[in-house]
Amino acid sequence: MSQVVNAGFPLLTATAAVPAVGAILTAAVPAARRTAAKWLALLVSLATLVLAGVIFAGFEPGGDRYQFVESYSWIKDFGVRYELGVDGIGVALIALTALLIPFIVLAGWHDADPLETSSKRWRPTQGFFALILMVEAMVILSFEATDVFLFYILFEAMLIPMYFLIGGFGDRAHTGSDENAAAQRSYAAVKFLLYNLVGGLIMLAAVIGLYVVAGNFSLTEIAEARANGSLEMATSTERWLFLGFFFAFAVKAPLWPLHTWLPNAMGEATAPVAVLITAVVDKVGTFAMLRFCLGLFPEASKWATPAIVVLALISIVYGALLAVGQRDIKRLVAYASISHFGFIILGIFAMTSQGQSGATLYMVNHGISTAALMLVAGFLISRRGSRLIADYGGVQKVAPVLAGTFLIGGLATLSLPGLAPFVSEFLVLVGTYARYPVAGIIATTGIVLAALYTLVLYQRTMTGPVKEEVRALPDLRARELAVVVPLIAVLIFLGVFPKPLTDVVNPAVRHTMSDVQQKDPQPSIQNVEAAK
Amino acid sequence: MNPVNYLYLAALLFTIGAVGVLIRRNAIVVFMCVELMLNACNLAFVTFSRMHGNLDGQIIAFFTMVVAAAEVVVGLAIIVSVFRARHSASVDDASLMKL
Amino acid sequence: MENLIALLIGAPLLGAAVLLCGGRRLDRSGHWLGTLLAAASFVIALALFADMLGKSADDRAMFQRLYTWIPVEGFRADMAFQLDQLSMTFVLLITGVGTLIHIYSIGYMEHDERRRRFFGYLNLFVAAMLLLVLADNYLLLYFGWEGVGLASYLLIGFWQHKPTAATAAKKAFLVNRVGDMGLSIAIMIMFTTFGTFTFGPVLAETGQASEGKLTAIGLMLLLAACGKSAQVPLQSWLGDAMEGPTPVSALIHAATMVTAGVYLIVRSADIFNAAPDAQLVVTVVGAVTLLFGAIVGCAKDDIKKALAGSTMSQIGYMILAAGLGPIGYVFAIMHLVTHGFFKAGLFLGAGSVMHGMNDEVDMRRYGGLRKYMPVTFVTFGLGYLAIIGFPGLSGFFSKDKIIEAAFAKGGTEGWILGSVTLLGAAITAYYMTRVMLMTFFGEKRWQPDENGEPPHPHESPKSMTIPMVLLAVGSVAAGAYFEFAGFVEWLEPVTGFAHGHSPLSAAAVTTATVAVMVIGVGLAYLQYGRKPVPVVAPRGSLLTRAARRDLLQDDFNHAVFVTGGTHLTRSLVYVDHTLVDGVVNGTAAAVGGLSGRLRKLQNGYVRSYAVSMFGGTAVLIAATLLMRAV
Repeated sequence: MSQVVNAGFPLLTATAAVPAVGAILTAAVPAARRTAAKWLALLVSLATLVLAGVIFAGFEPGGDRYQFVESYSWIKDFGVRYELGVDGIGVALIALTALLIPFIVLAGWHDADPLETSSKRWRPTQGFFALILMVEAMVILSFEATDVFLFYILFEAMLIPMYFLIGGFGDRAHTGSDENAAAQRSYAAVKFLLYNLVGGLIMLAAVIGLYVVAGNFSLTEIAEARANGSLEMATSTERWLFLGFFFAFAVKAPLWPLHTWLPNAMGEATAPVAVLITAVVDKVGTFAMLRFCLGLFPEASKWATPAIVVLALISIVYGALLAVGQRDIKRLVAYASISHFGFIILGIFAMTSQGQSGATLYMVNHGISTAALMLVAGFLISRRGSRLIADYGGVQKVAPVLAGTFLIGGLATLSLPGLAPFVSEFLVLVGTYARYPVAGIIATTGIVLAALYTLVLYQRTMTGPVKEEVRALPDLRARELAVVVPLIAVLIFLGVFPKPLTDVVNPAVRHTMSDVQQKDPQPSIQNVEAAK
Repeated sequence: MNPVNYLYLAALLFTIGAVGVLIRRNAIVVFMCVELMLNACNLAFVTFSRMHGNLDGQIIAFFTMVVAAAEVVVGLAIIVSVFRARHSASVDDASLMKL
Repeated sequence: MENLIALLIGAPLLGAAVLLCGGRRLDRSGHWLGTLLAAASFVIALALFADMLGKSADDRAMFQRLYTWIPVEGFRADMAFQLDQLSMTFVLLITGVGTLIHIYSIGYMEHDERRRRFFGYLNLFVAAMLLLVLADNYLLLYFGWEGVGLASYLLIGFWQHKPTAATAAKKAFLVNRVGDMGLSIAIMIMFTTFGTFTFGPVLAETGQASEGKLTAIGLMLLLAACGKSAQVPLQSWLGDAMEGPTPVSALIHAATMVTAGVYLIVRSADIFNAAPDAQLVVTVVGAVTLLFGAIVGCAKDDIKKALAGSTMSQIGYMILAAGLGPIGYVFAIMHLVTHGFFKAGLFLGAGSVMHGMNDEVDMRRYGGLRKYMPVTFVTFGLGYLAIIGFPGLSGFFSKDKIIEAAFAKGGTEGWILGSVTLLGAAITAYYMTRVMLMTFFGEKRWQPDENGEPPHPHESPKSMTIPMVLLAVGSVAAGAYFEFAGFVEWLEPVTGFAHGHSPLSAAAVTTATVAVMVIGVGLAYLQYGRKPVPVVAPRGSLLTRAARRDLLQDDFNHAVFVTGGTHLTRSLVYVDHTLVDGVVNGTAAAVGGLSGRLRKLQNGYVRSYAVSMFGGTAVLIAATLLMRAV
């Protein structure tokens, strides 16, 4: 092993184990004690948040690249190890996941209540919250895994609870008949599963290929061997393996043209689950690009960069334009997310410090801002029972707090300075421009388009004369405020003071930059620092 | 006698059995043809045992007989219960197991 | 003293936070809190100003660094402020006029149930605008830049239940975003060129950068300025922005925010000085907008839209002056400040008229109001005299200097620019006289409002008239004060100053300016003073009709961007559904079809399974034998 194994308390395992055990306990709560299951889930997610906070606080930016390392042999014959460790990027994303889950639980408080007509022994509520906690456990563990095989298993396994969350707990605000809605939902769930399974299978082939070439699955060992030249890889082999990994991550992220499962899934799922998909689970894809694609295949990554940059740019513009054309609020947010994922991928493959820091911050900020926007949209939708933009109008007048928080979520989505996403978006743009000026300028059009779809959405739903059907909508309740207000507070805090986040991210980015042996383009005038 | 002749006989019996399985509809007859094929195989095993001068073939033949006996028991039971349910012993009538 | 700079922003920001989050409890007292905090900011500004005056000219800039905003490898943006003479001028204007307009709004918005929120937004605006002018780097400036955009969006759309207001707000934000794109690209180019975007190092090192880069930066900054300051080709939002409450039009869309573009150009003076091509484009944009706004202003019957056209035109003057380089920067700012006084005053006067006329905005339905609203009449009249450049009033000094500087540019350019500014002065006199005559003179053309209520014009309450009086004082005296108190010397350390070589003597220019003003006033008098004004607008000439529609700019935008964009997004939605999704669903369907065929093999007949078993075995055996034979 290349680093000292921390013999102390297995913090990383604990952070994933708490929600996993919590999931089992939640599932076991008797049918009649629904409320107890909810509180249990909330408590478990808060406990996880505390543990994530301990990781965040205990992580030393100046220390080793991977910290809190745990390593145990798992399948000896194939050199598979249960090996965990986090760098700054992992820490940031674990913090994001742990931060969002309590709000997802709280926002979905009533989403899985059994209908009046259903049987008394039926336990959808327990299942719903258990599945959410299960996803949390797997996502957190996948951010921690430094063994490729372990990561692969988690990457695939998290599809199972997600499949049931999408297919089993649909948005009750659907248009048309119940059967039609059920068909749509199962279509969305199957589409989600198939897309990700295909990606996963191709990745499996690449994982096996990697084992054949490298002889083990340890990310740290392989990366080290590649760096010091003891592991030679033929150029074509490296490229094929890279493509295998990248394809799976690009489906998950999702990158154009592999994106069409996302609008379906986000449209049909309940708002909290939609947040879980786009803000949490999809981040595994972009995270893995940074950690595995760049870490294991630096040369191939550089080789593929031009094509990926083009795809990312298409994602940005295409996603935004499609968002403008949507009639369904949740699908609109989904397409907006596709545009944002374009920014993240662009930042990763710009191969500059600013781009990669920006991309990492973007993952966190996009998670929080989408959660804010989508959850408020979910509250709105559950009040009126419709997802269509055209069914709203003048909500601002009857529910000003809801409209105000919706606007703030929207402003975060369009990256208004002062809110967190601005910092990351600007870093991505600057980082991209430094390496690929034309790409940087094309990506900048995204900020105009983002304003367009956000403001059109706000205008059509919130302003204008009050529609008859929304006249009686109540404003946000205490539980809903408890979801939205902290998220907005975090958005503002990270918008004006992102230092806590950049402190942990910067060293990780420095390591990644040295992985791919890239240096930032230097400004054309050198002695400016002196003039300062 | 040239042991190869036994092999010819075994091949002949097997072919008769196979053709019977393919063209007859009555489950009992099909069943008997299967038995015929099994016994053809047994004959071949024993012959090979004789030709190669070891006992492996004969042992396998015993195995086959035991398995065949067990198979007859299960198979006949199925045929009888199918006959009871559908008043027919035709194998083509029992064609519900399909996609 | 430096530590007070953050407080300048902090006070109104606190107000915004408290008012917007405070809830109904503050409905009764919120406006006082908002006004008080704006005034507090003004008092701090005065203290800092006094401190600054006490120092020597070269030593007046103050800096305050709070913390590092974005610390990333190779990239650092500070939360740091710079208060120099240029910023100070703006700070005084923003907080001073801002406070007056807060006071005015107490009366103007008295009957609005959402008054607390209005004051919250106003405070937010003041804070963002102060951040814009106090930032010590371009990224922080961008923060303020978008912040004022947000405040402007919220305030234009303040009466959100009106679809026109909501649309106008969205349009303003979107058009501004196009400009913001320019600003962010400019910052990116700066970062890759200089490795920083802090004013000090960037502006000090412009000499080292290639002219091409500087021109690119300059043009991108100009694009940003065009968006914020409503210059051609991004001017279309300003007219619609008049949907907002009138105090908003006065503060944001006349006195302060729309002049941010001028600030940006003057602040980046060193970049423009080194990029003559960019400067040329700046002057062209200024000249075109100057005439554009003036022509539009002549045709509008809506009093606020006429004033909006005028604002556009006056900012055109400032941009033009800023494009002239060191001979113009100081005068651009000087005109900016005097314009801030008289245009805010004019807007407040217009608001006062509307207040007394059941919110009627059509000037054809005014007339003869001078007897009913004496204070409004006098203050509006003084503002009017100031804007047309009546000798001795503030507009006269600032505009005259710009015209002089335009001629001093030299060569053909100088003559063209000079003539354009003179022509603009004539048109200004024409349309402002038109506004004045249609509103306060002539016979009454009042019409009952939609409820059948005839208007009862009356003077506005004290809270509204006092700010108007104070602004009128500014309109009268500011120009002369600047002229004699040494505005040029005050700003010179920041912007630089050069005397041009005018082909005409100063006296000749002044005479010409006064002459064209008299011609403009005379023409308007002949048309609107001697003849009765029809209540329904006559069809008018082709130019008039075009000008009423903002010279067809909106129609162009609508045809190209709105219609085109709608078609584009619709077809993309179609493509996404049929093509991108279609490929995937097609693959799924193909697999499904294939398995449908294969399924036929599974027919349930035992004997056909047996055939396939035998066939398969036969093939296997044959293959084995064949392999062995080979």
